[in-house]
Amino acid sequence: MTSVTERPGQATTQPPPQGAVRKASNWARRAPLLPALVFMIVVTQLPFLATLVISFMDWNAYYPDEVGFAGVDNFRRVFTDINMRDAVVTTILLTAGVVLISLVLGLGVALLLDRKFRGRGAVRTMMIAPFLVVPVAAALLWKHALYNPEYGLFNGALTRVWGWFGSDSPPQPDWISNAPLWSVIFALVWQWTPFMMLILLAGLQGRPLDVIEAARIDGANNWQIFRSMTLPHLRQYLELGALLGSIYIVQNFDAVFTITSGGLGTANLPYTIYQIFYQAHDYGRASAAAVIVVIGTMIIATFALRTVSSLFKEDTGR
Amino acid sequence: MSTLTAVSGPKKKERGGIWLTLLAWVIGVLFVLPVVWMVLTSFHSEADAATNPPAVFAPLTLEGYREFFSGGASPWPPLLNSLTASVLSTALVLLLAFPAAYALSIKPVKKWTDVLFFFLSTKMLPIVAGLLPLYLFAQNTGLLDNIWLLIVFYTSMNLPIAVWMMRSFLSEVPVEMLEAAAMDGAGLSKTLRSVIAPVVTPGIAATALICFIFSWNELLFARVLTATVAETAPVFLTSFVTSQGLFLAQLCAAAFVISLPVLVAGFSAQDKLVQGLSLGSVK
Repeated sequence: MTSVTERPGQATTQPPPQGAVRKASNWARRAPLLPALVFMIVVTQLPFLATLVISFMDWNAYYPDEVGFAGVDNFRRVFTDINMRDAVVTTILLTAGVVLISLVLGLGVALLLDRKFRGRGAVRTMMIAPFLVVPVAAALLWKHALYNPEYGLFNGALTRVWGWFGSDSPPQPDWISNAPLWSVIFALVWQWTPFMMLILLAGLQGRPLDVIEAARIDGANNWQIFRSMTLPHLRQYLELGALLGSIYIVQNFDAVFTITSGGLGTANLPYTIYQIFYQAHDYGRASAAAVIVVIGTMIIATFALRTVSSLFKEDTGR
Repeated sequence: MSTLTAVSGPKKKERGGIWLTLLAWVIGVLFVLPVVWMVLTSFHSEADAATNPPAVFAPLTLEGYREFFSGGASPWPPLLNSLTASVLSTALVLLLAFPAAYALSIKPVKKWTDVLFFFLSTKMLPIVAGLLPLYLFAQNTGLLDNIWLLIVFYTSMNLPIAVWMMRSFLSEVPVEMLEAAAMDGAGLSKTLRSVIAPVVTPGIAATALICFIFSWNELLFARVLTATVAETAPVFLTSFVTSQGLFLAQLCAAAFVISLPVLVAGFSAQDKLVQGLSLGSVK
């Protein structure tokens, strides 16, 4: 991977500047960074500050004359709102489900693709395709072309297969109504497995093959090699995949919005906040919910960042 | 169980190898099947698209595409809006991220890791929490339904990713080469052109690709912040379904057309994809 350890050394090759000169050179170093930093602070941090302020206000766009200070009322309403609690659970289930299933599937496919065989490139290309369909388009595709109980591909395939065995009454489940959350999870697993596979495949191909060969000569079997060499080597790639996958899937809006419109117990936090804001126009409550989500995310992100940070140090310390 | 034999060496490859190859093919086909089905359905007539069991070998027609492009509201303005927002925000991201990445790798500022992690942390905050203030700001400044608002927002959405990626690419520039260039008295622009550019150009391309894809795909903000004028392709796609009657062929045509830029960009740069998605940490 990357090596950044030499960089500090590079700085010391120049004679250490003094006083005003050093100050000037420090600013010369910082200057290229400032536009990006200022831009990020203005566009991402200021809105959060505004959200924080609004969360303490009584503000519903339907009642523009009643805007005022609300104290912690919004927070109380959010905490006692059963929909909010459901949304938290749904978000956790959705994220954990998609990340875990696509990691396991991605690992399996990556292991299959790590061997040389005829058409390996073609299979890899086919595997990537789901990730390159625009998420809304993918969600619409699953909802209408695959899950639809009347003319979707799944039930169509069931009819066809049952027909081969002479049956006229194939099961025709209404997939989305029967298992709404799983319907969303599977559509997302389909899109995210390629992502996990790509990261894990890159990890597999960076394995020290000579060590594995030596272990095999010493009589280690495949399972032992996988358990004690491949898996530990893949650990950081598994963590990276899980972390990045979680960052994106926690925020998922497209699939929930499109496949179930947040109905049938699939409304996750982004969708719920969107609804409070966009449909109920309750700005105060939406902001309070957003603040709580941000605090929750910060707690989880601290752990996540610690993981990345340790990966990062390992990396740069090489 | 496939994992056991998947790591097998050359000796054991013959036994069971054919089954693993077959399994890999079956999984690959299953994963690509929905995409193939989307494309096939888009070339069927509406009546053939809505049959059960599926009419796989039904005659092909361009009806769906004709209906999509000239049936109702024209898809060209949303497609152009998406293109504008994606291309301009990507350009803006590169413009801001390159100097920042330079200050985090080639000539690092003090505490450069903290700065790097600040960028990453903004990516973890739920974007939905910033939606309302941006909406109110836009409403009060008359920027609602203005493509520039999306451009600025997409820039902030992709900037952290780009900074991380570019930093990782820039840190690949060999220190010796930088020192040699400095010794030869090469100025900043000469160093950038002849030492740094050759090493990082593929990385910049990968960064641009990822930013383009993420901007093109974005739905939530585009939905809330735009209406009829600045509507993007994903928003257009969601409003497209409400039509009555049979619409599956048309929908598949629309979904395919809107995904086409991402499919083309992604397939043409397959190897760059993983680098980009892992923020440059996986090569």
